[in-house]
Amino acid sequence: MSLVIEQVGKHFSRYPALNGVSLSVPPGAFVALLGPSGSGKTTLLRILGGLEFADVGQVTFDGQDWLSIPARERRAGFVFQHYALFRHMPVAKNIAFGLEVRPRRQRPSRAEIARRVEELLQLVQLEGLGSRYPSQLSGGQRQRVALARALAIEPRMLLLDEPFGALDAKVRKDLRLWLRNLHDKMGITTMFVTHDQEEALELADLVAVMNKGQIEQIATPRELRGAPATSFVAEFLERQMPAYVAPTLERVQLSVH
Amino acid sequence: MTTRARRTLGSTEDSLAVRIIVIGSAAAFIVLFLLLPLVTVFTTALSQGWQLARDAIVEHDALNAIWLTLLVAAISVPLNLIFGLAAAWAVSKFDFRGKSLLLTLIDLPFSVSPVIAGLVFVLIFGMQGWLGPELRDWNIKIVFALPGIVLATIFVTFPFIARELIPLMTDQGRDEEEAATSLGATGWKTFFRVTLPNVKWGLLYGVLLCNARAMGEFGAVSVVSGHIRGLTNTMPLHIEVLYNDYQYVGAFAVASLLAMLALVTLTIKSFLEWRYADEIAAVHRH
Repeated sequence: MSLVIEQVGKHFSRYPALNGVSLSVPPGAFVALLGPSGSGKTTLLRILGGLEFADVGQVTFDGQDWLSIPARERRAGFVFQHYALFRHMPVAKNIAFGLEVRPRRQRPSRAEIARRVEELLQLVQLEGLGSRYPSQLSGGQRQRVALARALAIEPRMLLLDEPFGALDAKVRKDLRLWLRNLHDKMGITTMFVTHDQEEALELADLVAVMNKGQIEQIATPRELRGAPATSFVAEFLERQMPAYVAPTLERVQLSVH
Repeated sequence: MTTRARRTLGSTEDSLAVRIIVIGSAAAFIVLFLLLPLVTVFTTALSQGWQLARDAIVEHDALNAIWLTLLVAAISVPLNLIFGLAAAWAVSKFDFRGKSLLLTLIDLPFSVSPVIAGLVFVLIFGMQGWLGPELRDWNIKIVFALPGIVLATIFVTFPFIARELIPLMTDQGRDEEEAATSLGATGWKTFFRVTLPNVKWGLLYGVLLCNARAMGEFGAVSVVSGHIRGLTNTMPLHIEVLYNDYQYVGAFAVASLLAMLALVTLTIKSFLEWRYADEIAAVHRH
């Protein structure tokens, strides 16, 4: 079930968004795409989700030509920065959506769908909120609904586009740990887009640092901290560091050495 | 702060005199330009008693005009519902060449005088027009008949639904549609389960406005209808005919009926907004 991205390129009218990106992801890995805005990380994620089309390049997943599969048949669970919940549906309907739109023959029975929704609500710790509308939930709750909705289709791959970008620092931290635990439990190959290096380093097995439509370095968080491959990577990790995390990170590095 | 005997003005308050002038002039404006004309229509219609007003409405030509008006609205509003929805959907959810041209075209009926719109249809479909001889050979009547009136009405009322929906749908963005696609929904399912339910209130409002205008359209319909009494006269045209014949009571009686149709439309809209207030708020809040 490994994911291989080869020389993927994409141009938006004039400027290149992706400049021949290659990346190999082992099965079940948690990969962070880290970079400043405009570095192409979201474009890459959207290409994997089938929401954008690559001009050149190839993607193979589980031995299949991934890019030739239409978006709705990929079963790639996509989580958006601004949740993109269906605002006219209560939470339970949102989660059930992916099951209810299946062609009749593949659609689970009503009782089965209800059972699955209940299960997922439990998984994202939102039991009893199934009848609420998205507008009645907090940001953190909404993003968990979005995740449950993506998980309902039993995704082969999970794609998260700055999922915690619109949340405050405290909620971010809690959700981050929770998401990592969830990933470890389910073992779905996960791509996670972020511009927050702390988030990337803490969450991911592999971090791909992106700049101007190219990958500057792919490494484990430990390697990245120890040996940034380019001056851009070094500067990006440096510059982005908020003052209040610096001491924590120093401690981490000390314990590594 | 210590309490003072005299209340000071808050930062968002104005003095009493200013408030009276502002609110008063707004109220006077509404009474003078909106309420008074409406009242005049009804009082003139009933100035010589119920009986005369009733007779003017149940008379043959009037009944025919009412029927024609309802028929034209019943054909053109559903068609514009489909066109408007399709146009708004294309403009707000997709990027394509010629998008700004399409937007300009959607606005065209608002900027072109209805009389010109009517004349265009006469020029195309009339006896002396481009397609006139062919249509005559096929024995198809468009101008001075129902099809012409419907065409003119569709043209004039085209922007109402599209213009109502485009800002709403643009504001809602494409995220939910993309989410639906990634969850495995086909284009049709995405449209009927996500896009359409999200705009249904805006759509309803557009339909009501479109309907009101379709029933009240005068200029364009006047040009293409040929004013055949009891046959191609809609209510507004019938009202004009009566008025020019000095039959004021009759004219205003039919006019009251037309005004009532508009009032019913507005009442339905207000009722629905009141009844489904929660749901409307849920869809519009982010």
